Amino acid sequence: MTDPRTAVAAVVDPEIRVLTIDELGILRAVDEDPASGRVVVTITPTYTGCPAMDVIRADIRRALAAAGHPEAEIRTVHHPAWSTDWISESGRAKLAAAGIAPPSPVGAPGVVALTLAVRCPRCGSPETEQLSRFGSTACKALWRCRSCSEPFDHLKAL
Amino acid sequence: MNGPFEFALRLGDDALIAAQRLAEWTTRAPEMEEDVALANIALDQLGAARLLLTYAGELEGAGRDEDALAYLRGDREFRNCLLVELPNGDFAVTMAKLLVLSAYQLPLYTALAGCADERLAAIGAKARKESAYHLDHSSLWVKRLGDGTEESHRRMQAAVDQVWPYVAELFAPDPAAPIDPATLRPEFDATVADVLAEATLTPPETSWAPAGGRDGVHTEHLSYLLAEMQVLHRAHPGAAW
Repeated sequence: MTDPRTAVAAVVDPEIRVLTIDELGILRAVDEDPASGRVVVTITPTYTGCPAMDVIRADIRRALAAAGHPEAEIRTVHHPAWSTDWISESGRAKLAAAGIAPPSPVGAPGVVALTLAVRCPRCGSPETEQLSRFGSTACKALWRCRSCSEPFDHLKAL
Repeated sequence: MNGPFEFALRLGDDALIAAQRLAEWTTRAPEMEEDVALANIALDQLGAARLLLTYAGELEGAGRDEDALAYLRGDREFRNCLLVELPNGDFAVTMAKLLVLSAYQLPLYTALAGCADERLAAIGAKARKESAYHLDHSSLWVKRLGDGTEESHRRMQAAVDQVWPYVAELFAPDPAAPIDPATLRPEFDATVADVLAEATLTPPETSWAPAGGRDGVHTEHLSYLLAEMQVLHRAHPGAAW
């Protein structure tokens, strides 16, 4: 049997397939219920209406079954609310490599965040502009690079 | 009134009916980016509606889940405010409705995030981040249209005038509720006054304050909306894909 944490952490996000759910920060915990011995996975959605949650649950079940844990329980929590600050460093690097500009840091509540330039994930130029505040999925906005003219997705800071 | 159940139902119905109305813009918005934006906002509203209606069903304790509450109630059993069931109108009316709705939902969800009920607090903390984005988006459009051309100004003012009477219902006092809506009015007024001022629009004055949504007495528009939303489930109970 594979360690359940390792198996679940390797599940990829169905809409941003370059990231695992662990790197995206939506995997909150993998525990074992001491009474039943069952694996208990806790996840949280990026956005309340995220339509990928059912697929993510199914993928977690499949991964755990393949790892020898067919009786897993999956819990969905909404508190504390997901933040793009939970995306790991490796996750941010993978986003950029896939042509998706990573989000700026949100920081602690009450702290005024610096507005950092969104860099073009293709040419690195900071000369970019927002085309649309919304994008191909709930968590993204559409931007364009003024240097190389390439449009790209930007993960909205949340 | 069954306090917390009724409260969760009102909020859930507001979000559900707003989602259904906004989704009508899909493939019909004035530009592609706005099509995507309105669909995304509708999705956020639907997400909040699912959490709130699921919780309402648990509070009621009669075995109704989110689907039973969304698909198997008639118009008299819905508790949403009249604002969200009004037709979309032109783009200005849709933005005026969204401005009012998000300027109401943001302080409501923010207050909810600090309330004693842990489930409602978690939903509030999550949904307020999304509401803040909706408020940003609608504010930008109201300013752009209000402070735009003569024609866009005329239509934005007409839209605000048309929607304004429905504001009163949102803040009807309910001291027994987990959050008394009346306490949210000052923040709403301040937010909207700033937007209207920058948009060069005149705050409407009206004494007409239609209400009834919280008691299940709706406009005729809700029945048509429900007919479309519920037809599949009623024709094929339990259908799944």
